[in-house]
Amino acid sequence: MLRFLVRRSLGAIVIILLISAITFFLFFALPSEPALMSCGKNCTPDALAVINKNLGLDQPVPVQYWHYMQGIFMGRDFTVGHCPAPCFGYSFSNQQPVWGTIVDRFPTTLSITLGGAAVFLVVGVGIGMIAAAFRGTWIDKFFSSLSLVGGALQIYFVGVIALAVLVSGLHWMDNPAYHPITEDPVKWFTGMLIPWLVLSIIFIANYSRMTRSQMVEQLGEDHVRTARAKGLGRRTVFFRYAWRGALAPIVTIFGIDLGSLFGGAIITEFTFSLHGLGRLAVSSVSETDLPTLMAVMLVGCTAIVVANIVVDAAYAVIDPRVRLA
Amino acid sequence: MTATTPFLSVRDLYVRFATEDGTVKAVDGLSFELERGRTLGIVGESGSGKSVTNLAVLGLHDPRTTEIEGEILLDGQELTGAPESALEKVRGHKAAMIFQDSLTALSPYYTVGRQIAEPFRKHTGATRREARLRAVEMLKRVGIPNPALRVDDYPHQFSGGMRQRAMIAMALVCDPQLLIADEPTTALDVTVQAQILDLLKDLQQQTGSAIILITHDLGVVAHTVDELLVMYAGRAVERGTVREVLGAPRHPYTWGLLGSMPRLTSDVEEPLSPIPGAPPSLLAPPPGCPFHPRCASVAAVGGDRCRTERPELPAGRGAACHLTPERQRAIFAGQIKPRLR
Repeated sequence: MLRFLVRRSLGAIVIILLISAITFFLFFALPSEPALMSCGKNCTPDALAVINKNLGLDQPVPVQYWHYMQGIFMGRDFTVGHCPAPCFGYSFSNQQPVWGTIVDRFPTTLSITLGGAAVFLVVGVGIGMIAAAFRGTWIDKFFSSLSLVGGALQIYFVGVIALAVLVSGLHWMDNPAYHPITEDPVKWFTGMLIPWLVLSIIFIANYSRMTRSQMVEQLGEDHVRTARAKGLGRRTVFFRYAWRGALAPIVTIFGIDLGSLFGGAIITEFTFSLHGLGRLAVSSVSETDLPTLMAVMLVGCTAIVVANIVVDAAYAVIDPRVRLA
Repeated sequence: MTATTPFLSVRDLYVRFATEDGTVKAVDGLSFELERGRTLGIVGESGSGKSVTNLAVLGLHDPRTTEIEGEILLDGQELTGAPESALEKVRGHKAAMIFQDSLTALSPYYTVGRQIAEPFRKHTGATRREARLRAVEMLKRVGIPNPALRVDDYPHQFSGGMRQRAMIAMALVCDPQLLIADEPTTALDVTVQAQILDLLKDLQQQTGSAIILITHDLGVVAHTVDELLVMYAGRAVERGTVREVLGAPRHPYTWGLLGSMPRLTSDVEEPLSPIPGAPPSLLAPPPGCPFHPRCASVAAVGGDRCRTERPELPAGRGAACHLTPERQRAIFAGQIKPRLR
């Protein structure tokens, strides 16, 4: 297990470095001039040159990349002063340290992700198992059609309806907003509830369908029949034998979904005006804000890569046939 | 045959599956009996209803798609239509089953020991520790070396032969009085096959249980079973002791099965003689005798009888065939036996 973790972590670092380099170099393929953003109305070529020099944009791209990576691990000195590690530089658009913005935004993304994931995992897998247990009956058909509808819905559509009905129409809830859980857990919960539920709808549809099909497949397996032939009760057969077999693919997909949500739930954040990493990623692209874009990218792909390692390790726990090497 | 009720009695069993194409008559009026300490072999091609019959004995078919009619009496207890709770008490306790492919039939997620111990705990109320000791004991009985260590292995850590032994241990853990072995040696190589069959016989001598051995391999039954039932298209077509059926088979289908078997004494150049045609569709079985489209003796019967009238299997030794027993013996002695050598 330890060898596996070391080997995979090294691989992960290589992947993250590659992605950072690709992002960095692609950025300069854009037909835009970041310095113009901070130059103001009466911009002169001289002023532009000064800004480019301050931002380090006058140097060759590989050198810029080198300084950037150096900053992450060892800190970096700018004309405005020293930026301690991990230094992702200063935003081109608002001149704030990027790392501070990330630290500021991450709790929102974390809250959306963990709460939403908890809802869709429990409800989605639960519905899938109920449908599998009653496969072929009207219960199964009801949930199958429901998940078909749910899968066709979009977050912005359901989100806007939820806001219109629950907030503007019935006044049952306030507009979704992020309040730190450390300050007011109740407000945190009520503020995130609508985003969680809306984000979950599409995932619930996927997870219930996947769980159902996995369970139905497992229930037809020979070893499940053997378990019945031993005289084990229906419940034991269902939960101990079939469910165990259905677990591995669900864990795989869940790990990857969770990883990508950590990188920012863009549509959810926009729909509910939440300021998480997803919104930051979109604005950094439109504002050609390289340091912010890089930081969001790195956080996002680190989350996905780590999620993949965790999934593989979980596999070894779930399935004794899997040997990690 | 006897006035007392037999240990296992299957009478007029019908098993039908509802499919999208129609109703499949997988078992179509089957009757047989089995006493304790005896072994019944059931042979037939794939799809002849062998496995379906035995899954029905344990009530393992999906009741939503399966219709079961008839009578299955195990030690006086009616099993057809019995509630699931009653069947659960029978399964693995009074009647246990060994499946063909031990790799897929054992759960990959739990240790061999746990899977053996599980039915023991369920049926005897033993503690975890007692059940574990029992699992070790069972592994030892079926000839697994180092049972106290191997009990914690997962099925994939066992070889094919060992897995099949572990499955036998699992089936026998509650000392069942009826053991159904569904092609227990098909997935194994020949030397291991012989070991497993010997093991089953030894264990039967110790426990006196009745065994149903399902196979398509006549070589397997010859040395293992007492009575033989040949099945075709969901029906029994011939019944007798193994010596009777293999020594002087009566049904043209049994002749075909014997003829299609490779022999050590035959010339390797000489082609095998398979039964022409394929098993009939169980959605719409042919009228009359279901074997008549593949049968070489239709002309010997004469007339339209084979095509219109279904032959019944007589009680005791006999074959479900319109040929008279005398003709059956004559054709076998004159035409079939010389070819079998």
